Amino acid sequence: MSDQAPGWKDLPIGGVIDHAGNSFEYETGDWRAARPTLDKNKCIDCLQCWVFCPDGSILVEDEKMAGFDYQHCKGCGICAHTCPVDAIEMISEEKVGEVEIDEWGVKKSSPPEKGDQG
Amino acid sequence: MTNMRALTGNEAGAYAIKQIDPDVVPAYPITPQTELMQTFAQYVADGVVQTEMILVESEHSAMSAAVGASAAGARVMSATSANGLALMWEIVYIASSSRLPIVLAVVNRALSGPINIHCDHADSMGCRDAGWIQIYGENPQEVYDNMIQAVRIAENKNVLLPVMTTHDGFIISHTVERVDVLEDDQVKKFVGQYSPRYPLLDTAHPVTYGPLDLQDYYFEHKKQQAEAMKDAKKVILEVGAEYGKLSGRSYGFFDEYQTEDAEYIVIALGSTAGTAKAAVDEMRERGQKVGVIKLRVFRPFPAPELVKAISGAKAVAVLDRSEGFNAVAGPVFSEVRSALYRKSDIPVSAYVYGLGGRDITPEMISGVFADLKSGRLHEEEAFHLGLRE
Amino acid sequence: MALNLKELSKKPELLSPGHRACAGCGSVIAIRQALMAVEGPVVVGFATGCMEVSTTIYPYTSWRIPYIHDAFENAAATISGVETAFRSLKKQGKIKGDMKFIAFGGDGGTYDIGLQSLSGALERGHDFLYICYNNGAYMNTGIQRSSATPFCAATTTSPAGEVVPGKAQFPKDLTAIVAAHHVPYAAQASPHNWRDYIGKVKKALAIEGPTFINVIASCFRGWRTEPTTSIDIVKMAVETCFWPLYEVENGEYKLNYKPKEKLPIEEWIKVQGRFKHLLDEKYKPLREEFQANVDQEWAALLEKTGDQVQKVAV
Ligand SMILES: Cc1ncc(C[n+]2csc(CCOP(=O)(O)OP(=O)(O)O)c2C)c(N)n1
Ligand code: SF4
Ligand code: SF4
Ligand code: SF4
Ligand SMILES: [Mg+2]
Repeated sequence: MSDQAPGWKDLPIGGVIDHAGNSFEYETGDWRAARPTLDKNKCIDCLQCWVFCPDGSILVEDEKMAGFDYQHCKGCGICAHTCPVDAIEMISEEKVGEVEIDEWGVKKSSPPEKGDQG
Repeated sequence: MTNMRALTGNEAGAYAIKQIDPDVVPAYPITPQTELMQTFAQYVADGVVQTEMILVESEHSAMSAAVGASAAGARVMSATSANGLALMWEIVYIASSSRLPIVLAVVNRALSGPINIHCDHADSMGCRDAGWIQIYGENPQEVYDNMIQAVRIAENKNVLLPVMTTHDGFIISHTVERVDVLEDDQVKKFVGQYSPRYPLLDTAHPVTYGPLDLQDYYFEHKKQQAEAMKDAKKVILEVGAEYGKLSGRSYGFFDEYQTEDAEYIVIALGSTAGTAKAAVDEMRERGQKVGVIKLRVFRPFPAPELVKAISGAKAVAVLDRSEGFNAVAGPVFSEVRSALYRKSDIPVSAYVYGLGGRDITPEMISGVFADLKSGRLHEEEAFHLGLRE
Repeated sequence: MALNLKELSKKPELLSPGHRACAGCGSVIAIRQALMAVEGPVVVGFATGCMEVSTTIYPYTSWRIPYIHDAFENAAATISGVETAFRSLKKQGKIKGDMKFIAFGGDGGTYDIGLQSLSGALERGHDFLYICYNNGAYMNTGIQRSSATPFCAATTTSPAGEVVPGKAQFPKDLTAIVAAHHVPYAAQASPHNWRDYIGKVKKALAIEGPTFINVIASCFRGWRTEPTTSIDIVKMAVETCFWPLYEVENGEYKLNYKPKEKLPIEEWIKVQGRFKHLLDEKYKPLREEFQANVDQEWAALLEKTGDQVQKVAV
């Protein structure tokens, strides 16, 4: 990395990091051995998974569980384990091809109900 | 126009801090620094400063709070001595590596053990490589002048390093001398407003201080610190000259006393320089060509400047007020001789003196000159001056 | 207003993903949940330890708010400096508005090496919240014992061997030590009961003066558990009354949760590898001693709270 990394003249002094939250660029998703997938038919949007995920990798949209941030999700399985209705299934990364999921990990067999009540 | 006051070194330091009126002063008592902060605490109690003091439970916390306050964006000053500085140790390095322009008055005292409250330089010399600028003061006037300049030097955007200003415990800290002080608004104007580089309190621009900095970047950050120390040389001279215009007392890296035609020169720090000047005066009356260099700035070390100043002499003696425990000599000697290496073959003689407050007299220094003149040199190993066999 | 996850989930995440805590780390859950309680400007101070290391590996930081790590033992002193700087600059009109200050430290950085710094800051009365995330050992340096390590737990410096059954001492009662500083607020919490915990953080932040929360935080590596159970395991610490949820507000003790049925400590012990040796029949007396200690501490707590179960009011 040192070849591309900035030299001493170009770094902020004092070891200060002035790009708040830039660890977002660091993809801990690479660590994963298994990935969580969501069965939206079962999910009751209680957001327990969201409050217990160590990595802020549960995506919530309009108060609803919307899937997983696979760039950062480390595959720990806490979400699957704490989900009260077993809506999350962990799938080995090697077997990911065998299940149909969208890019957020929502199983295609269970498309999220699109709000039709306005 | 002069405004003379009779002040001890500690009172002069407190008076300077009062006029600087820093935002935050963490403090913890230790002899012989205690009166400095007590005097300042009275200014706070009387409402003549805006400063918030933090009366911490230890020096470790004093320096930790200083780091927090300085990173937050405040101008921060404090003072300590000996064991207090030793307890701050870990955080002394963090202050400089975080590039926080804290100003710390160190009232020099021997380090334990055995415990001793009197002057030597073991405390500040111990952290000579901690990334702090170090300025040694000779008398209460310099205590005052140095602290005011220190703020400007530390906060200069090309420097941003903490500064230690030191003065000898009891010898200076508790001795009343005439001190010519500036007007409050002169000082205020001279030090100006502090505009921090990365203030934590600027929550609209969040920064992270103190990350885990490993093989890929730590070295670059150390290089930045090393460069800032080099840049500080220019700034120290500029500030010293500007202060001279304001006060009539300008400052450089060191003070040369009767060195122009001197054959023999003694190099000393702090109050001993005054003692040495007395010896020089007396010897000059007897026609001896001797002089003194009072080294004021020890970090950064003014190597080429010092070499130039001494290379006309026949021999030089370095008086160290701390032991190097390296089976050779003290730290000032090591620096001076290494500065001279391949620049001059003038012999340098090493002395260690005054440990734990042991007296040093003009007669002892005359003896050092006599040694130089007669070729009784201590080049391999320091002579312990004033020690009983 | 009662806390609900739907509302909380709308707030910006103050700790960015991309931090490098172990997958399934229970301690980072405690940090993340605490930040869910924050409203408005805040500065965070951190002690050296797993959470500090994993959230700020240069040139990356997970912190979206101002953050300072100084050293291991001085998070409280450092935040004292930040808070005092704020008061000074505000008094001088150089800064406006309100700001909160939170210092985090692990059990090592709080119970042990940082206790003096914490005590000093509490006594001086700075306006800050200190959160100790207590995972019961020095995890960052490889699971060494701390004074918060449970009785008989095996750590790398208190290993279980042929003749020594892990750590010989019971943990010190840090929450009580803090409460003895007569601070306006001190509490114990657990991330499994996020409503109670986040509510406590909110409450503490709203109180002027020094406040303290001791939150149990699991570490599957040190506890030798499965990462998936990082939440279950702290829940069980509460259900066995090893880690009671309570608060001390202006000297008044309140119990925030009373298990319907107090589980035996063995239930908690038997699912953690760090206590594996204790399950040996020869250590039955030690298990009994452990249980007796939990019972005694629990009874003493109920005495103080008057056995009133009370919800945390936010
Ligand atoms: C003065 C000092 N002593 C020792 C260390 C080494 N050290 C760094 S983190 C740590 C343990 C941290 O333990 P804890 O506070 O419980 O946090 P955890 O890692 O468990 O989250 C130790 C011993 C240090 N950094 N500084
Ligand atoms: S915990 Fe389960 S039910 Fe609740 S939101 Fe998450 S996936 Fe849906
Ligand atoms: S597997 Fe772990 S990291 Fe991934 S979303 Fe679930 S709880 Fe978060
Ligand atoms: S060692 Fe334990 S506390 Fe540290 S990051 Fe891993 S799981 Fe978390
Ligand atoms: Mg710990």
